Amino acid sequence: MSEYLPVLIYLGMTVAFAVVSLGVAALLRPSRPGPDKLANYECGAEPIGQAWIQFPVGFYLVALVFIVFDALAVFLFPWALALRPLGLTAFVPMLVFLLIIALGWLYAYREGILEWK
Amino acid sequence: MNDIVRAAVAAFVLLNAVILVVTYLTWVERKFAARLQSRIGPYRVGRPHGWLQPIADALKLMIKEDVVPSVADRPIYNLAPIVFLLPAFLIFATIPFAPGLGLADLNIGLLYFLAVSSLEIVGLFMGGWGSNNKYALLSAMRGVNQIISYEVPFILAALVPVLLAGSLRLSAIVEAQAGLWFIAYPVIGQLAFVAFTVATLASENRIPFDIVEAESELVAGFRVEYSGMKFALIQLAEYTHLFGVSCLGAILFLGGWLGPVLPGPVWFLLKAVLMFLLVIWVRWSFVRIRVDQILGISWKVLLPFTLILLMATGLWVALRGGGGVA
Repeated sequence: MSEYLPVLIYLGMTVAFAVVSLGVAALLRPSRPGPDKLANYECGAEPIGQAWIQFPVGFYLVALVFIVFDALAVFLFPWALALRPLGLTAFVPMLVFLLIIALGWLYAYREGILEWK
Repeated sequence: MNDIVRAAVAAFVLLNAVILVVTYLTWVERKFAARLQSRIGPYRVGRPHGWLQPIADALKLMIKEDVVPSVADRPIYNLAPIVFLLPAFLIFATIPFAPGLGLADLNIGLLYFLAVSSLEIVGLFMGGWGSNNKYALLSAMRGVNQIISYEVPFILAALVPVLLAGSLRLSAIVEAQAGLWFIAYPVIGQLAFVAFTVATLASENRIPFDIVEAESELVAGFRVEYSGMKFALIQLAEYTHLFGVSCLGAILFLGGWLGPVLPGPVWFLLKAVLMFLLVIWVRWSFVRIRVDQILGISWKVLLPFTLILLMATGLWVALRGGGGVA
């Protein structure tokens, strides 16, 4: 784990950089708030209601399809490393696995999930 | 104890080097973009050629008033720039700039890079959600949608050099290219590079995939309510992330620090800036495409294409066994 020590220190320094630069800016800058200045920006019009409203379901369908292929990527990483020593013994099972995934992809395609509506 | 001091010094140097290089890359982009449009670009702040412009910009943003909308979700709104900034800087932790010159040459370097770099969508969405602004939230939704859509082709394209090199360690991937850079690897290399570049453009929200920002419809996207130093951090994070991915492209396909005559780090910087300029060049040359076209390209074209490419590479590597590259 000692390999990750520099990464942790680096993480701490990056956080410190962000916090310090925001802090210094907070000391330097003026603060003159007003009701019109603090209103939400909507090209000059009065904002109507909140922004937190219902969104089209299409966004969530994309996320669902993404989960499938992201899980696939998790399997691909160790496979990519083991392929060279194992050769075809590693290649053929992954091909079978991918063909099953491809069926799912084809189904999603036919069902029109990949279309943006 | 000695280890900790050494690590701290290395981390400090890396952080400052990244900030310096990225600050000046904004100047490079403005100059480059200006030349593409027959303009001069930044000129007056610091002669010759406005070399003090990035410093002036940073100072200006630092003393600007910070406006927090009264309806915003304050904790999320204030935290978003920091969360957005962290992954952009952290991806540099594992990048080898030359043999032995890097913060931590992890044995799972590429996995670390991909995992950390995709965390940026958390900060992006926090910014969009916390602003409680319709443009910002719409932009954040589009952004997440688009970035996760191109995440898969990006990973698959990045795995092609891993297959060819047989390692996830970034320095090992560079060393495997001693004979032949992977971009010159017959057929496989060029196709993978094209797929990688397209996925980079999309996951960095650059034109032709910039519906996240889309000035003419969403004003400035998820950062529309940000001002002052928070805005500066978001901009810095965006450029840092782009430069990080450019570095990855230089490592995976352009042979990292390898090259004749010049020392390694210089070659590395040249190649990374070349990748960066490639993205900028595309950005200033093409028009924006629609959201359904963006998703269609990813799920219907790029995903099957990169999968088939990966399996073809896999078959090639499996048949040739443990032999070296090329």
